[in-house]
Amino acid sequence: MITYLIRRLAYALPILLGVNLLTFALFFGVSSPDDMARLHLGGKRITAEAVERWKVQHGYDLPHFYNPAGEGVAKVTQTLFVQKSLKLFALDFGAADDGRDIGREIGKRMWPSLVVALPTFVLGLGAYLAIALFLVFFRNTAIDTVGVILLVALMSISGLFYVIGGQVLLAKWWQWVPISGYAPGLSGLHFLVLPVLIGMVSGIGDSTRFYRALFLEEAGHDYVRTAHAKGLSPFRVLFRHILGNAAIPILTGVVVVIPRLFLGSLILESFFGIPGLGSYTIDAIQAQDFAIVRAMVFLGSLLYILGLTLTDLSYAWVDPRVRLQ
Amino acid sequence: MVFALMGCQEPINSPHPSGAALGKTLFSSFSERPKHLDPARAYSSNEIELIGQIYEPPLQYHFTKRPYELEPLTLTAMPHLTLLDKQGRVLAPNAPAEQVAQSVYELQLRDDIRYQPHPAFVSAMHSVALRTVEGLADFPERASRTVTAADYVHQIKRLADPRVSSPIYGLMRETILGLGELGDRLAVRQQKGEPIHLEAESLAGAVAVDARTLRITLKGRYPQFIYWLAMPFFAPIPPEVERFYARPGMVEKNLSLDWQPVGSGPFFLAENDPNRVMRLVRNPNYHLEFYPGRPDLRLPLIDQAVYSLEKEDIPYWGKFLQGYYDSSGIASDTFDQAIRVAPDGTPELSAEMQGRHLQLVTALRPSLWYVGFNDLDPVLGGRGNAARKLRQALSIALDWEEFISIFLNGRGIPAQGPIPPGIFGHREGAAGLNPVTHIWQQGRLQRRSLADAKQLLAEAGWPQGRHAQTGAPLVLYLDTMAGGADAKARLDWYRKQFAKLGVQLVVRATDYNRFQDKMLKGSAQIFEWGWNADYPDPENFLFLLYGPNRKAGLNGENAANYQSAEFDRLFVQMKDMQNGPARQAVIDQMRALVQHDAPWAFAYVSKSYALRHGWMAPRTPNLMANNTLKYTDLDPTARVAYQQKWNRPALWPLFAGLAGAGLLVTVAWRAWRRREAAQT
Repeated sequence: MITYLIRRLAYALPILLGVNLLTFALFFGVSSPDDMARLHLGGKRITAEAVERWKVQHGYDLPHFYNPAGEGVAKVTQTLFVQKSLKLFALDFGAADDGRDIGREIGKRMWPSLVVALPTFVLGLGAYLAIALFLVFFRNTAIDTVGVILLVALMSISGLFYVIGGQVLLAKWWQWVPISGYAPGLSGLHFLVLPVLIGMVSGIGDSTRFYRALFLEEAGHDYVRTAHAKGLSPFRVLFRHILGNAAIPILTGVVVVIPRLFLGSLILESFFGIPGLGSYTIDAIQAQDFAIVRAMVFLGSLLYILGLTLTDLSYAWVDPRVRLQ
Repeated sequence: MVFALMGCQEPINSPHPSGAALGKTLFSSFSERPKHLDPARAYSSNEIELIGQIYEPPLQYHFTKRPYELEPLTLTAMPHLTLLDKQGRVLAPNAPAEQVAQSVYELQLRDDIRYQPHPAFVSAMHSVALRTVEGLADFPERASRTVTAADYVHQIKRLADPRVSSPIYGLMRETILGLGELGDRLAVRQQKGEPIHLEAESLAGAVAVDARTLRITLKGRYPQFIYWLAMPFFAPIPPEVERFYARPGMVEKNLSLDWQPVGSGPFFLAENDPNRVMRLVRNPNYHLEFYPGRPDLRLPLIDQAVYSLEKEDIPYWGKFLQGYYDSSGIASDTFDQAIRVAPDGTPELSAEMQGRHLQLVTALRPSLWYVGFNDLDPVLGGRGNAARKLRQALSIALDWEEFISIFLNGRGIPAQGPIPPGIFGHREGAAGLNPVTHIWQQGRLQRRSLADAKQLLAEAGWPQGRHAQTGAPLVLYLDTMAGGADAKARLDWYRKQFAKLGVQLVVRATDYNRFQDKMLKGSAQIFEWGWNADYPDPENFLFLLYGPNRKAGLNGENAANYQSAEFDRLFVQMKDMQNGPARQAVIDQMRALVQHDAPWAFAYVSKSYALRHGWMAPRTPNLMANNTLKYTDLDPTARVAYQQKWNRPALWPLFAGLAGAGLLVTVAWRAWRRREAAQT
């Protein structure tokens, strides 16, 4: 197990380096340090000298990958790539181009993201599994047919429609909850109702159909027929045998998502005014703040790799036949 | 939940903390987090809107007087100006600009201007362990002190500090005596890694004569400098606050002047979470000031202003209609719901909005939009007759009246010249019309006919949009940052306008960076551009056409790269003149010149439309002033009453939902029973 984890870590390093390199190349392919300076300094009365000063001040006056003016290793270290990207491996996110500390900002923003994403994830997963089991229980009946039609209909609707529709229906017309907003602590619970509900509902269509398909596949296996033949109650067969054996593919989809819950949802956070990480990256791209973009892409990659590793570990935990070597 | 829905006194959908609506608190929003709150750096409107309430420059715009007029804010009187020649001799106020070597402004400060309470002013605060500090709230003590002239000097020096990167440093180093030299010295220090102590640096152009007297010396003559004294760039910064924030570990905790402003204005920033909410609270040390003409109304009139982050229009508009925001702009999507246009063309509130007792407030913005023709372009540019007539023809064809009607819901007026209404030099009615594009008919502006445009096009050598000799079609290029579905209709409109003359328009949509690049290189052909006034002086608009200020190669603001020796000569003459008939006469010549040369197709002056709830005190908008929050007033009791009236939760969906769930359970139960029965 330890060997396996070390090997995964070793694989992760070149992946992260590649992601960093790609982000760096893409960002500076469309945005030069001069462009960034002009955007940060504002649209009016910007002199060439002000642009130069901003670049020096923020360390964007260095060459991209090779600094011929440097001496020894400084030819490589005194470059934009090393100074701006490689420090991330030490989890040193540095300061955003507007001067704010990125690590601190991430630390602050991830909690609102989590406060919305975690209940959405847990309640959503519970609801999707329950509905899928319900439909499987009534398979080959009108209930199942109507349920699947509804799920397909729900799948076909854009996520944005749920957000706007939910806000109009529950907040504007029925006036049950605030249209948007966020407050930390228990006093902010009423702000969470609508985004969590919408987050859940928007995922019902595809997730429930996926779980239903998994359960149906399990339900067709011989051991299920045997269990029925032995006289086990349909509930026991459903919850004990079918649900238990479908756990591995469920875990595949679920565990990989868990670390990324911190990163939040762009649309939900934007429409509900939730100060999370979801909109942090998009805001940074619009503001051409490379410092934030590279930090967030790096963090996203790191969490994704972490999610995959956790998924592998969970296989071994759920299924004794799987051994990690 | 039902009990909660029925029994709660405060509406359950209120986004505000319990009881907050009962206070004298303004609830508003912001859509984009401000990047900078340092008065030496902040220049965007959303930044100035916030720090304008916190910092106090020496002057302000009179809130109600029109045309806009400056008045002292922290001064006992308007600054006293002395002009000196090269030998230091005093010149007459109307001395020609070429004789003036220096302009000396002397500012006499009031003695009752005090800073907001802040830990930086506490002398014995070193006992606080910085490691444990997370925010300003962790500093138990607060103190204040009187604003001195040295604080203004300190801020002026900060404009040259390379660590600050002030956007106006480039302009001010050419203006304030010694500021460029100071900036150069500081830049060298920074390069060498030496510490920078602004207090130890001297600056000839900004001197504290005594605690209450500030002297600012400019190179040559720059009458518009007085307007800069009404901007936060020239607000006082106490050096001890800089020292306070410069201590180790403070910046990493976002404790800096760029994040936690310290001013003497009517409000201070009590909560700064730009990811969620920013809260301004009345400064207890604010000096005595009254609403103009109302000695019974001491400013500020409200206790707090809460700005919540709202990135999307839909939730913002919904909350405004529920009474949770006190005022709102009108987005295009909601225009028809809010406004109806009366038969005489005047906008008024829709019946729904009237039923809510809203106020509609409109005002022309001190801004101008135009379509620029690059003067360096071989087809469209230059002073030649053919290119001029081509530009004139296109200026007629671009039907801005139609554009305003389609894309702005009528919120604007077609521009006739380079100076918008409300700024000295603008001419109303027939006197100000652009004779190239309009005629005055039956007491109103009338756009010239397409036949006139086609005639000009033919005279330019492009009859029917084809080259007179070769027959090749005329293809022009519009460079724009606009892209995507939202911009498609507008860009199609442009194509249609050009097609009316048989001219093909190719839209070259690109991103912000590439567009800026093209403009800096002067390689764009036709482009959209606009300008918001920094200050209400015609120089601030006419300099956009001044040759030495061109963008290509010189990085100035003359985006069309227009070059006219006559215009440049008149500009130099006009910029130093006092407002009056003589200056108006020069401006009239300049306007006639650019109307004739047509380097811009003058597009429109936009109109701001705002809605306010009935509980807000009526105010005429002042679009030049930054510090208008202190004049805002409201009636919280009426607000709460309306909020309760407009927010009564509907209960029937809850019962309908419960009934639906019950039905589903029943159907499932019966299906289950049926299946069980079938199996047995």
